[in-house]
Amino acid sequence: MPKVPPEKCTKMALNGDEAVAYAVKQSLVDVVAAYPITPQTIIVERFSEFVANGEVHTEFIPVESEHSALSAIVGAAAAGARAFTATASQGLALMWEILYIASSLRLPMVLAVVNRALSAPINIHCDHSDAMGMRDAGWIQLFVENSQEAYDTTIQAFKISEHPDVLLPVTINLDGFVLSHTLEDILILPDEVVHEFLGGYRKVAKTYVDYLRKEVEIKLDPANPLSFGPLDLYDYYFEHKVPQIEAMRKAKEIIRKVNDEWYELTGRRYGDGLIDPYAVEDADVVITVIGSTAGTVRHVVKKLRNKGLKVGMVRIRSFRPFPFDEIRSILRGVKVVGVMDRAISYGSYGPSYLEISTALYNLSERPILINYVYGLGGRDIPPDMVEKVFMELLDIAKKGETAETFKLLGVRG
Amino acid sequence: MSAKINPYRLWIFEPGKKYNIPLDLNIKKVALERTPLMLPGHRMCAGCSVPIFVKLLGLALRGPTIIVNATGCLEVATTIFPYTSWAVPWIHVAFENAGAVASGVEAALKAMKKSGRLGYDNVDVVVLAGDGGTYDIGFQSLSGMAERGHNVLYILYDNEAYMNTGIQRSGGTPQFAWTTTSPIGKVLPGKIQPKKPIADIMVAHRIPYVATATPAHWADAIRKFRKGIETEGPTFIHVLTPCTRGWRFAESKSIEICKRAVDTCYFPLWEYIIGKGYFLTDRSLQIARNPKLKQPIEKFIELQGRFRHLLRPENRELLKQLQEYVDAVWEDLVNRAVNAPK
Repeated sequence: MPKVPPEKCTKMALNGDEAVAYAVKQSLVDVVAAYPITPQTIIVERFSEFVANGEVHTEFIPVESEHSALSAIVGAAAAGARAFTATASQGLALMWEILYIASSLRLPMVLAVVNRALSAPINIHCDHSDAMGMRDAGWIQLFVENSQEAYDTTIQAFKISEHPDVLLPVTINLDGFVLSHTLEDILILPDEVVHEFLGGYRKVAKTYVDYLRKEVEIKLDPANPLSFGPLDLYDYYFEHKVPQIEAMRKAKEIIRKVNDEWYELTGRRYGDGLIDPYAVEDADVVITVIGSTAGTVRHVVKKLRNKGLKVGMVRIRSFRPFPFDEIRSILRGVKVVGVMDRAISYGSYGPSYLEISTALYNLSERPILINYVYGLGGRDIPPDMVEKVFMELLDIAKKGETAETFKLLGVRG
Repeated sequence: MSAKINPYRLWIFEPGKKYNIPLDLNIKKVALERTPLMLPGHRMCAGCSVPIFVKLLGLALRGPTIIVNATGCLEVATTIFPYTSWAVPWIHVAFENAGAVASGVEAALKAMKKSGRLGYDNVDVVVLAGDGGTYDIGFQSLSGMAERGHNVLYILYDNEAYMNTGIQRSGGTPQFAWTTTSPIGKVLPGKIQPKKPIADIMVAHRIPYVATATPAHWADAIRKFRKGIETEGPTFIHVLTPCTRGWRFAESKSIEICKRAVDTCYFPLWEYIIGKGYFLTDRSLQIARNPKLKQPIEKFIELQGRFRHLLRPENRELLKQLQEYVDAVWEDLVNRAVNAPK
């Protein structure tokens, strides 16, 4: 029995953007800086309404660009604030420079990315090419399947980001239009439950500073002057990258822990927090997938299981840190894995194919791995297309081999 | 120096206490009593005028202050890890975003004050950015900060080129100056375009306070820094900071060059107060009252290698053009200045 059962929540019909905005409203966020971009704009609009109505203490900065949006919340986070921004596509691309600085300064903050294709040609619809462009930027990247999870994960993201063992910025990714503009019944927790879950306002982590001879909060504090963002050359830079590597490793445990806490609180959990498997135990073939397409794949798995076919799905919820161990243990023994990617690295494969290949490489007996790139620029991925993939995978499982490892789904010939 | 002063002391402001450090222009007294904002041991060049203006800024602060520094000479030469020269909280994020970072810091302070978590009545936010980070790559974030009305003093220290990367021309480089990307060639006489009128552009944003200053006119500068800090809303101060490396002059001449910049009206001293208009200050006001004090532009450029070619006989026409440009800008300013004799 969860501590806060559904009947103690408020059911609201919200789209994914509104669900995120509502979660931010409840998370005691001090500073929101954002710039409008489709399909993220509703987050900014809804949040502006909360500010206009005096429902939050938050300072909202309607910045003149996404570069400034992220720069402003870097400044805010350094000053000790809980800070949030949201963007998509070109906006995320414009933030790129500051993404690395935010994570390397070890500043907790949350960024909602409403996934959308990158230009050119300009396209406002969903794919993951924007998010994959920041995969090496040192941010935790969580992807959600539906708008309830978008709400839940936005709140969780603050807790993960601010954990003293983590202190890394977090992105919560939700599929543009598929989630951002689609109404869903969302269970909204009472405000005070969210406040308690987050431990109130942001608590700034502390560290020992030699020249102050004491432990101080890591923030711009006139009582304990610190310098943020100094010049760091070959004699120290590399050492400063090591804790970042370590923090990302530790983040896996914290994501899992926060997922468990959420389960105790609400009765909802998303796999172990890192991967969300479905019907994998005895599966011969498995599809791995990221984002809202998991809903479609889950539907097809149910249908094919009813026909007695041994198919399953693994949804990757945490792309950074990537759950290598979890993927290795869950896909061990599977005959064929179809890796679905809604992004492409030109001259290579889809991004998650590379990760999953790496996870499985050291197994003595590896599944056959095929990459399916789908849905670029918002191209629809209907259930029958997924079913065809499963049929193909089952056929390969029977034959025990395949010549092709890279396929495009749903493209005209 | 008094034996009591420890020049390496950090500025500690205790939460809960009220601070309003009085403005004191008795420079000998404050130099003995106050420890510097930027601590000794930094690696700015010998003869650089930037640490001098930062020292003057330190004498103008009224209490808890956070410094936001754009990428540039000042940033790299004062914070080479594991050292820092900053006696107050300081942050550098990138080159083009100091205005945005300061907006975020200021918003955070506001939100914390609103929720009863700020330990002070007030914390001032001051941006220090060079000409590249202000005229060029950082202009958008500065303009946004000004338009949104953040309570931040933005100080431009203008050494008139990208000195940190090796003297490349910027929007702040004056016409005909040599830089490594506006070299003196067979067909081009240095930079073609005149300097962008950045301070006037900030006036056009209709922010409450804009001023110009140099480290040589120290009392004028301190007063303006203090006004910039005390004025609610975004304020902008343009400080001329001659660069020995880029302007090609002897290390001992920085202050002399600042004086000549003002004496020739190349860099007039003024302040703009919204609702009241432009006011000439210090030496520039004296020149407006007594135009005989105005020196020819040669006096400014003769000490600087970057303008050496202008003194060659074949470039007399260019020199004339530069003089005419300076005269026109000065005349325009005098016409606008409320306190200039009409």
